[in-house]
Amino acid sequence: MRLAFRRWGQAADPLLFFVMVTTLFPLALSPEMSRLRDVAPGVLWVAALLSSLLAADTLLKADAQDGTLEQYVLSGQPLTLLLLVKTAAHWFLTGLPLVLVSPLVAIALGAPGSSLGTIMIALTLGTWTLSLLGAIGAALTIGVRRGSLLLSLLVLPLAMPVLIFGARSAELAIAGIDATASIYLLVSLLVMAITLAPLTAAAAVRIALD
Amino acid sequence: MTVIPPPALRAQNLHAWRGDRHVLRGVSFRVQRGEALHVFGPNGSGKTTLLRVICGLLHAEEGEVFWQGVPTTENNGEFLSTLAYLAHDTALKGDLTALENLRFSVGMKRSVADSALRAMLGELGVADCADLPCRVLSAGQRRRVSLCRVLLSQANLWVLDEPFTNLDAASTQRVSEALAAHLHTGGLAIVAAHQGLNLDGGVVTRLGLT
Repeated sequence: MRLAFRRWGQAADPLLFFVMVTTLFPLALSPEMSRLRDVAPGVLWVAALLSSLLAADTLLKADAQDGTLEQYVLSGQPLTLLLLVKTAAHWFLTGLPLVLVSPLVAIALGAPGSSLGTIMIALTLGTWTLSLLGAIGAALTIGVRRGSLLLSLLVLPLAMPVLIFGARSAELAIAGIDATASIYLLVSLLVMAITLAPLTAAAAVRIALD
Repeated sequence: MTVIPPPALRAQNLHAWRGDRHVLRGVSFRVQRGEALHVFGPNGSGKTTLLRVICGLLHAEEGEVFWQGVPTTENNGEFLSTLAYLAHDTALKGDLTALENLRFSVGMKRSVADSALRAMLGELGVADCADLPCRVLSAGQRRRVSLCRVLLSQANLWVLDEPFTNLDAASTQRVSEALAAHLHTGGLAIVAAHQGLNLDGGVVTRLGLT
């Protein structure tokens, strides 16, 4: 399922947002390494979360508007699976660039090189989960005017655990402590999201088309 | 005594509301194989609503749709596999070429070689649009590309919402011929159209909505 990769300009928005937020923090705060390092996990993850929310808005809007969404429903293929694949494709465009850029951004925030691996793994898991949660929000707000605000409100409570455990894992990694426990928790959140999010989103899509 | 075969598609006492408006009031009809149902009526009379209820995108508050004697809600998968729906929107991705769009939308139901896709585009007179992004095509060309999807779907039941909009006389003729051919091979069609339906030898039942 390869969708409009030609609209890469749209895909660049969340990435730019992420980079902007994370690089503005060192400028706004004093460049003292230790202080930056303290806030780095939080900054990194809040930026990732907000970028995901920004990106989630685009997941289904175009399809709903040009009628392709109802064709998905009518195709006889399981809608849950279609949405899972669609979210995966969406993540490649919006989440993956974030993960790839994160080492640079983390270093700018004072993270030591040794923590980068853990940070990237955690971000991969986290952004994936956030994309899936975003799909629920996107499905629930199809056709709602100014739906992106409502989407954020819906997704934020669900995203809290991801934010907490993600930031925790980054914090541990930067301090040089083993962060495996937090990573496992992120994995479990992802597994929950993979199983439940597409189902919920599919149900929401059917309601929206009604 | 001639035995009348059970109608392939039957609707019984459909009631549907759009918001507060009671749009479909006890609509019933029967369509046999090789027949077409022409739904007509002024704007807002519920033609699109009726078509969407038949497809299962909208839920009728009362009444049922039967396919081969079984309610469509019961064997939904089978019903969807023999259904092709053309909505008001063309359900085409503007950034993908006509060929790519067809490859994807037809491919959701069955795999078709590119040569067959191009041949079908040629039959409806849009062969030279195959490699152009859909957003540069005219409304009439896009409609014809969408119709290619219906023609290629090998569906028994065609549900077409205003298939002749934006088409010139020659294209309208071509589409009518394709529709007639479909009926000859035992297919059924439900067509919502403002203008009259003129099909060679095909039985056309007219259903007026107020």
